[in-house]
Amino acid sequence: MGRRVINPVILAVALAVGLFLLAGALQPGFLSLRQVYNVLRLAAFLGIIAAGQTLVILAGGEGIDLSVGAVATLGAILTFRLTAEWGAGPAILVALAAGLAIGGANGLGVTQLGVPPLVMTLGMTLVVEGLILAVTRGQLVGEVPRVLVALVGPTPVGAVPGVLLLWALLAGLVALLLARTRYGKHLYAVGTQRTVATLSGVRVHAVLVATYALSGLAASLGGVVILGYTQQVFLSLGDPYTLPSVAAVVVGGTALAGGQGSYWGTVVGAIVLTLLSSLLTGLQLPEALRQIIYGVVLLGLLSVYGRQRALRT
Amino acid sequence: MTRRLGTLLRGRSYALALLLALGGLAANALLQPSLLRPGVLSGNLLNTLPLVLVAAGQTLVVLGGGVDLSLGALVSLCNVTFVTLLAARASAAEVAWAATAALGLGLVGGLLNGACVALLRLQPIVATFATSFVFAGAALYVMPSPGGSVPQGLVQAYYSSPLGIPNFFWGVAALLLPWWAARRTRYGPYLYAVGGDARAAYVTGVPVALVWLTTYALAGLLAGLGALALTLSTGTGDPLVGGPMTLSSIVAVVLGGTRLRGGSGGLLGTVLGVVVLSTVQNIVAFLGVPSWWQTLINGVIVLLALASARLEVLLRRRGTWAGA
Repeated sequence: MGRRVINPVILAVALAVGLFLLAGALQPGFLSLRQVYNVLRLAAFLGIIAAGQTLVILAGGEGIDLSVGAVATLGAILTFRLTAEWGAGPAILVALAAGLAIGGANGLGVTQLGVPPLVMTLGMTLVVEGLILAVTRGQLVGEVPRVLVALVGPTPVGAVPGVLLLWALLAGLVALLLARTRYGKHLYAVGTQRTVATLSGVRVHAVLVATYALSGLAASLGGVVILGYTQQVFLSLGDPYTLPSVAAVVVGGTALAGGQGSYWGTVVGAIVLTLLSSLLTGLQLPEALRQIIYGVVLLGLLSVYGRQRALRT
Repeated sequence: MTRRLGTLLRGRSYALALLLALGGLAANALLQPSLLRPGVLSGNLLNTLPLVLVAAGQTLVVLGGGVDLSLGALVSLCNVTFVTLLAARASAAEVAWAATAALGLGLVGGLLNGACVALLRLQPIVATFATSFVFAGAALYVMPSPGGSVPQGLVQAYYSSPLGIPNFFWGVAALLLPWWAARRTRYGPYLYAVGGDARAAYVTGVPVALVWLTTYALAGLLAGLGALALTLSTGTGDPLVGGPMTLSSIVAVVLGGTRLRGGSGGLLGTVLGVVVLSTVQNIVAFLGVPSWWQTLINGVIVLLALASARLEVLLRRRGTWAGA
């Protein structure tokens, strides 16, 4: 049975447009510019966090970062706590540096200690949650930087929310990173054939450590931005983004096996997933039913183009 | 003696888990002398039985080269189903019906996962992530908020020690004996072959899809059993109760020496891995560290334990260099 090859990114774009139209048909007013910006703004949070996830998955070798949710929470909480004392700029820098460091530690664990990525980043989740408790002692007091509220918060009619510009900037940067830099070329090489990459002189371990560090950075940036939206912090702030970030990458057509895919796909994947959950929220279904439908639709999406090669080929 | 022990353990995937478990229990006993009283130790072990069962199912899936992220949600679903079907004064027949329904649901959930992975060829991580939403939603549908109770007699029976042997050991025996028997049949080599290299196994005539389907189905069934054990130990229903068990089960599997890539490891290691996890938690709780630090210390210890196999190699290599 030969399967026609459809460009997964185009498929995902078609899906996103279809979902928008479906939402518009079901709920008048969904297609207003304001509502579209709302959905895109929510998608930006997932998309920013999934930027790092894309890199990690591209690197192959069962690469996955399940610590992104906890790192996002940490980023938000650090920013929240430190803004009152040091001001917004330093606070955000510390939060981003913490994410970078934790991601780097993930990379070192994977490369130097040989811990499988899934388990390494899971274990790191526990450590980060522990760090959060130890640092905050359960008391979440602080201040939301005004610049973040301005970035994410409501905008005058017709104006593009700042967070979307930030996301577009990030997408451009990641695309440049992947297409135009040595790191990008090496990343695809590592993801496609690790042994060949090693033999052709790619410093595989360095590439991997950098990749996990960037994932930590993206996750904490996501957390910082989310803080501007929630305007308060809680211990489970980033958790709902962990597995959806993986799903967004896959829906965007990046192969979990690594070496194949792009951040543009992930961008569309994040929009598709966010649309789906906003659509389900808008239908005012009970939470239970919403989760079931989300799961079933995700399964449907995956079986359209998330399938692995058949064994008999 | 130690040398003979060393020879016996060399090459066993569970060797490290055994050492960690024994060391952990010793450290735990030092910090908490009451641990050695029979009631306390068997009670502690019994509390791990639900995770032992779930992690055993996870082991089968991992051995076959997959992973199941939906097991925790499936435990929640079976837990609330069991409690909902049980009246406070249920007769033996009613209890049996409720238990069968919960187990059947576990099996159906496992078959759904298996069908997605083995027949539709979806990637296990994302496919079971998607089904976890289905199970979690269904659990919320059955019981929107925690509640319900279990007949007191059942709870007492769970904490009893038939023939003087605590129920934990009966449970583990009921798990390991069939497993060892199954490993001697054709299924054992099939499972390890599929996990080692699915394509090669397929080419040599192993029914790969069928093996995958059975691992997920058995994992679902074991999640159902784990849910029953969990219900009897907590005595109530909670639609979110299984959530954390997914990740713990994976950590236990890896601690137990089963390779996450599949094809190597076994159930005994996983049982020991669960014991290690729970002793670590006990030790941290009894160390007297401020509660804010406990999660962090717990996490660091788990990470070190996960890395320990490789750390040992690194340290040994460094030693050779120093000697050379």
